[in-house]
Amino acid sequence: MGFKSKGEKAFSMIVTFCAMFIFWVLLSAWIIYIPQHYDLIEISKGIICALIVTLISHELLVSKRGEKVLLKTLRLIPYLGWELWQIVLATFDVAYRVIHPKMPIDPRIIEFETTLRSDFALTTLANSITLTPGTITILVKPETGKFWVHALAEKPADALLVDKTMQRKVAHVYMEE
Amino acid sequence: MQGVDIIATVFMAGGAFFMITGAAGLLRFPDFYTRLHATGKCDTLGEVLIIVGCMIYQGWSFLTLKLLFLSLFIFIVNPTGTHAIMKAAYVTGLKPWKKGEARR
Amino acid sequence: MIETFLAIGMVIIFTILLSLYRLVLGPGVFNQIAASNVIGTKVIVLLVVIGFIFERPMFIDISLLYAALNFIATLLMARYLERGEICKA
Repeated sequence: MGFKSKGEKAFSMIVTFCAMFIFWVLLSAWIIYIPQHYDLIEISKGIICALIVTLISHELLVSKRGEKVLLKTLRLIPYLGWELWQIVLATFDVAYRVIHPKMPIDPRIIEFETTLRSDFALTTLANSITLTPGTITILVKPETGKFWVHALAEKPADALLVDKTMQRKVAHVYMEE
Repeated sequence: MQGVDIIATVFMAGGAFFMITGAAGLLRFPDFYTRLHATGKCDTLGEVLIIVGCMIYQGWSFLTLKLLFLSLFIFIVNPTGTHAIMKAAYVTGLKPWKKGEARR
Repeated sequence: MIETFLAIGMVIIFTILLSLYRLVLGPGVFNQIAASNVIGTKVIVLLVVIGFIFERPMFIDISLLYAALNFIATLLMARYLERGEICKA
């Protein structure tokens, strides 16, 4: 990440600074909500904090200028809705397996490969796998897009190995099919 | 109690139920990997449900915004932490439990 | 409404006590780390509920900080056990 051009570095620093300053204003708004407390000293405290964070970590938030960020964000919203529903289903599934007196579990470890390569896509898929019924990501190899997944029973393992609904949805969101 | 309070109470009761289920799973399941299933899912949804109940009780204010940040943070952080512990255990060579073995 | 918050807080403390069993007796260090992570995330919610009981909004800031610290602590413990060191010298 160290070999970025000057323009890209300035761009990522400006974006990080704006994001951090807006975040600071939102977090401290209940202290300085009354208008006359918005004086110069309070604001300069926030600017100094945002500057420190920007200098330390401007490479983390924006690593490079993305392509079609707006379209990806638009596609992410329906995916998040679907994901929320899957989380509710997953929780009921695990709660059923915990409460059932015989504990119907048959754990196994499965492996599969995906077409995803970028960090955001891999992180989204890994966290989604962890939050959907009966599966947790163990290991990810970013070079080949390979996933090791611990599954609680046979049915959730098949959902990842055979149906591949989630891989297709994430690949559609990040356009890496 | 008014209508808003009743809705908030329902959300928080659901969250408490899921948290109890997660703790029971942490005690009941046979090995480390399956225990993380219980804590990674039930606890995440339970905590977020309780925070959503607090948000509904609070109404529109900056406090609600902070609680929203907190719930988003939990949604991202809890699976990541689970994943990190599990990866450490798998790399170190902890064998997963198979059906029919004794519990450990 | 304060009764609801009190009841929820008591339920959270009860689940923390249940998880304490794994933290103390759990076979192997990984069970203990998992239990400590679970207790940490439960304490976040407990802080929020306490803030609503005492009507002090400051507790929510504390819980935000606590969430970040708990996450970093879990990551560091997992990393230490995985590699035998926290960062390469």
